Amino acid sequence: MSTNLIVLPIVIPMFTAIVCMFLHGHDIRLQRVAAALSAAASIVVGLIIFSRVLPGDTVLVFTASGWAAPFGIVLAVDMFSAIMVLMANVVSAACLYLAFTSLDSDREENYFYPVWFAIMMGISGSFVTGDIFNLYVMFEIMLMASYVLSVIGCTPGQLRESFKYLMINIISSTIFVVALALLYGMMGTLNMADLSQKIAQVEDQSLITVCSMIFFVVFGLKGAVFPLYFWLPRTYVEPPAPISALFGGVLTKVGVYAMIRVFTLLFVGDVGFTHNIILIVAALTMLLGVFGAIAQMDFKRILSIHIISQVGYMIMGLGLYTPWGLAGSILHIAHNMVVKSSLFLFEGVTEAITGTGKLKEMGGMLNKFPLLGWGFFVAAMSLAGVPPLSGFFSKFALMSAAVDIDNYWIMAVALITGFFTLFSMSKIFFYVFWGEEKPLPEGAGEVKWRRMLPCCFVLVLISIGMGLAAEPMFNVAMAAANQLMDPELYINSVMAVPGVRG
Amino acid sequence: MELLISILVGILFAVGVYMMLSHKLLKIIIGTAFLSHGTLLMLMTVGKLKRGAAPIIVDGVENAAYVDPIPQALILTAIVIGFATTAFSLVLAYRCYQELGTDETEQMRGDFTDEH
Repeated sequence: MSTNLIVLPIVIPMFTAIVCMFLHGHDIRLQRVAAALSAAASIVVGLIIFSRVLPGDTVLVFTASGWAAPFGIVLAVDMFSAIMVLMANVVSAACLYLAFTSLDSDREENYFYPVWFAIMMGISGSFVTGDIFNLYVMFEIMLMASYVLSVIGCTPGQLRESFKYLMINIISSTIFVVALALLYGMMGTLNMADLSQKIAQVEDQSLITVCSMIFFVVFGLKGAVFPLYFWLPRTYVEPPAPISALFGGVLTKVGVYAMIRVFTLLFVGDVGFTHNIILIVAALTMLLGVFGAIAQMDFKRILSIHIISQVGYMIMGLGLYTPWGLAGSILHIAHNMVVKSSLFLFEGVTEAITGTGKLKEMGGMLNKFPLLGWGFFVAAMSLAGVPPLSGFFSKFALMSAAVDIDNYWIMAVALITGFFTLFSMSKIFFYVFWGEEKPLPEGAGEVKWRRMLPCCFVLVLISIGMGLAAEPMFNVAMAAANQLMDPELYINSVMAVPGVRG
Repeated sequence: MELLISILVGILFAVGVYMMLSHKLLKIIIGTAFLSHGTLLMLMTVGKLKRGAAPIIVDGVENAAYVDPIPQALILTAIVIGFATTAFSLVLAYRCYQELGTDETEQMRGDFTDEH
């Protein structure tokens, strides 16, 4: 179905970024109002888009300036994209709230909001685009803004890590262009629906498989899979909490989204080879990510290394390549976006009170800050996969999908990872909130931590809600996964939209 | 011609990677510039290097040899992005040099267990 609605997730943040840029130098509250309005509008648009695709038989398509596919640039939103757009905007709104209440004025007044909405534009754009070169452009918009966000404030640590982050991403973008060039050279088109049709007709899939592995490296670098995750923990630790929460919650998922998109729509000619590699990489990512976290004794570092093991779960469903497995992946991405960001936000509030991230210097905060402590506990248990929270159901889907195709080793790996996740989450809880009370630094009483908490609790409530409403969630994820497994609808919808021109 | 350009692309990549393996920030950035130039040339080469008319269809002219316009559009986009990224990395490197007092990556290494 042709519609202009799906341009809005890109256009709204773009205009907000521009407006906020012009409000620079005026009262910061003006920018906050603009940011809040825009975030609310994005969520509403996300909900409308989601309700439009919810029946499961429509894919929304937009043809830029009326040029029909495959000649023009198209945007296409199926259920998977709609879920991602909605969740990303919800998480962004929650992170923005913490930025309103906790960010120091140096950072906040120094073009924080324009850059924030630039990154949201890139993220939403990556989710809605139906053209693989456009995906590259949206990635670059997102990355450019993420460089600025990761360095904003210019502490020595941030500068050091941002430079490495920048270099890693320049290399991965270069590889991305190389992969695009190869794909275009072979197929002569860059529209994903058209590519999917043309790749299916190629008899000798070997070159396509080579090309698919280059794409795997590119998206693996962005999504932080084994062995390409080395840059992630340090980069995500350095910026302040609202930025870390957005990075940890949303940014890596864009890489995972792109990987799932190309490995369900384009590169399905040699599933036995490509998807088995993905499965093995998923297992290694889970294990090494979770082992890395055990060794750490710093609140934020544990959380940021855990991003890696969670990415392992997400691509595990892709590696299994069954509808049920993909449904598990989609659920896990949605769950993880919410829960991971909420954990980072709790960390931000805790650090605002204690002034440190080191586990050994904190303790017994449950007495004075029960809301903070128990809120963190619920989010942490959700990450570890304790029923009835959302994390349990996504992992359940993934593991039962593995059992369905008699793949017991990956299930064992996922279970072990879940166990160690529980271990390191309870480690944080016991060190920071349980036990003997340790003295807080001076000025801790003046921190307005109660004002910061609502954003964390909204996300925790969403996680609880996703757990309690497991059946409708499963149905939605299953419908989205079926659309991915059988891209006929996606292709037909994109190719059928008539252009106004030509 | 394609072969020649392909070899050139290979040389550019080799130079870029070699530069990126050095310890100085500036050399690394120049290395990335070489890499991105290599990819741009590669994009152009996959569109087939040939002479031809601009791809504008005129009434009455049939079977004219057109040049594929898409790689050029892609290159244009990639140039803009590469330009922005290089500019940003130069500024970042300068600021790193100011704040950290060094442009040696060895000395910039932050230990993951130390204070920050």
